[in-house]
Amino acid sequence: MSTTTPSHRRDTTTRRAAGPAGDAPCGHRTQAPSGRSARTLRAGPGRPRSRRIAYLYLAPALALYTAFVVLPWLHTMWLSFFDWDGVTVGTGAGLANYREVLTDPALRSSIVHALGFIGFYSLLPIALGLLLAAVIGGRGGRRHPVSRTVLFLPQIIPLVAVGVTWKWMYSTDGIVNQALRAVGLGSITRAWLGDFTWAYVAVGLVGTWVMLGLCLIVFQAGIQKIDSSLYEAARLDGAGPVQEFFAVTLPGLRAEIGVALTITVISALASFDVVYVTTGGGPGDSTTVPGVLIYRLAFTNGEVGAACALAVVLSALIALIVLAISRITREKT
Amino acid sequence: MNRRFEGLAGRAVMAAFTLAVIVPFAGIVLAALNPPGTIVDGLHWPEHPTLDSFGRAWSDAGFGQLLRNSAVVALGVVPIALVCASLAGYAFATMEFRGRTMLFGFLLLGLALPYEAAVVPLYYDLRAFGLTDTPLALILALVGLFMPFGAFWMREQFLALPKEMTEAAAVDGAGSWTVLWKVLLPCAKPALITLGLLYFLWAWNQFLLALILIQDPRGRTAPAGLGFFVGAHNIDVPLLSAATLIVIAPVVAVYLFFQRHFIAGMLSGAVKG
Repeated sequence: MSTTTPSHRRDTTTRRAAGPAGDAPCGHRTQAPSGRSARTLRAGPGRPRSRRIAYLYLAPALALYTAFVVLPWLHTMWLSFFDWDGVTVGTGAGLANYREVLTDPALRSSIVHALGFIGFYSLLPIALGLLLAAVIGGRGGRRHPVSRTVLFLPQIIPLVAVGVTWKWMYSTDGIVNQALRAVGLGSITRAWLGDFTWAYVAVGLVGTWVMLGLCLIVFQAGIQKIDSSLYEAARLDGAGPVQEFFAVTLPGLRAEIGVALTITVISALASFDVVYVTTGGGPGDSTTVPGVLIYRLAFTNGEVGAACALAVVLSALIALIVLAISRITREKT
Repeated sequence: MNRRFEGLAGRAVMAAFTLAVIVPFAGIVLAALNPPGTIVDGLHWPEHPTLDSFGRAWSDAGFGQLLRNSAVVALGVVPIALVCASLAGYAFATMEFRGRTMLFGFLLLGLALPYEAAVVPLYYDLRAFGLTDTPLALILALVGLFMPFGAFWMREQFLALPKEMTEAAAVDGAGSWTVLWKVLLPCAKPALITLGLLYFLWAWNQFLLALILIQDPRGRTAPAGLGFFVGAHNIDVPLLSAATLIVIAPVVAVYLFFQRHFIAGMLSGAVKG
């Protein structure tokens, strides 16, 4: 995700190419302006020529990205200043839609729910993933290929299918209640997704289930890259497993934690599929998230302006948090 | 002694979490083996295992058509997106031009943009052009949505190839197109396959866009169809489980076949689309 690595790599390649003339056909290029042909000269050393043909190569990607992502998003911003039902002519509304996002309890609570999902989608899987990766150690992935395959499955299948599956898991006759009865907790069984207090937690834990495998495997791959002499040094200094974790493993995984945090926070704030299928936002408004409300406001309630204002606030929130994460993880490396 | 304990604990932890992932899947597989309409109580081996629920789900929801629609969308997205991403990644990796940093930053913004933020006007804009309810609308929208990651990914791959390769070809008089087509792309084939698989997966799994851009029931994709099927058969667990398994079967099959590629892609920070 960070854009710093590739440029590093590029520098080293250039340096290698510019090295002793012995290293090959390209030696000519970097050696001297006394070059051999007009072409080598033009492509030659010093400041590379700006190439207009680059824009041709970029055109298809940028055109589709602009037409289907950027312009609609700008259009979202524009619509957020109107009162429009999607059918008749809209009227200017100034900042009224934004005022609604910040004051309307249903809209505000959807944002609070999305922020709370960061706990379930990001913090819990990352904390558990770090702990488990430390217990399993770096070679776990290779030693348990079957587990690796299985742990990735929730990332592969459509989230709608995840939602349908968990809807049944949490139902009165579902596996969650069956398991609770089996361990003697029959008294707390309930229809989890219909419960005002527990539906939110239940939906959040589905996010944990989806993200945990990803985090675990990202961290395991990261531990493999940590220099094993650091662990030996820590052991020689008499560090126990806990100190070893905080002194070697955790700092060594900073980049991986940054990646996992970025991915999971975006999916927490932008969640839609699982909530839409499992609870649709209910019971009451107890599990609404911005994605579900944007859909409902725009296509059911005919409040396109409010939907767009909520969309703009959501984008700003995600941008801010992602920026903060990249700052924090980059600064300390 | 300590080492052995660690190995044992590691294995136990891994087994516990593998089990936690498998149980829900096992649950729907077993539930789907019951005849439609059965009340399924938790995790049970069905009394009379049958495939009736699959047949009923298939015909009730029209999965033949739904899967075909999904295939059209996914197979349309993959080649277009791969070509666009390769071209853009190539320009960003090997060429100098005015505004390179700015354009790349502009593209990367898309990685953090939630798609529900753009989908409402997208629907109205496409409707104005008469493009809603066509697979083309969904295909182009998905390609646009997938561009930031793809261009970023291909740029990384091209930067990782030794620079000497391009330069040698350029000295031999090859134009930029030949360098890309004959020299770089063949070397980047594994990365290209990984990206193609991720694109296939994301296109197949996309829900919200498919739900909104295609309102016509006959044009729906499989996940959107599943979403509506859930609404219609809220309590028939065997039927719903069978429908779910039908929708996930293609991606699971592709995943099991190419899992090395998928895991490599995911580990390098591919976001679930």
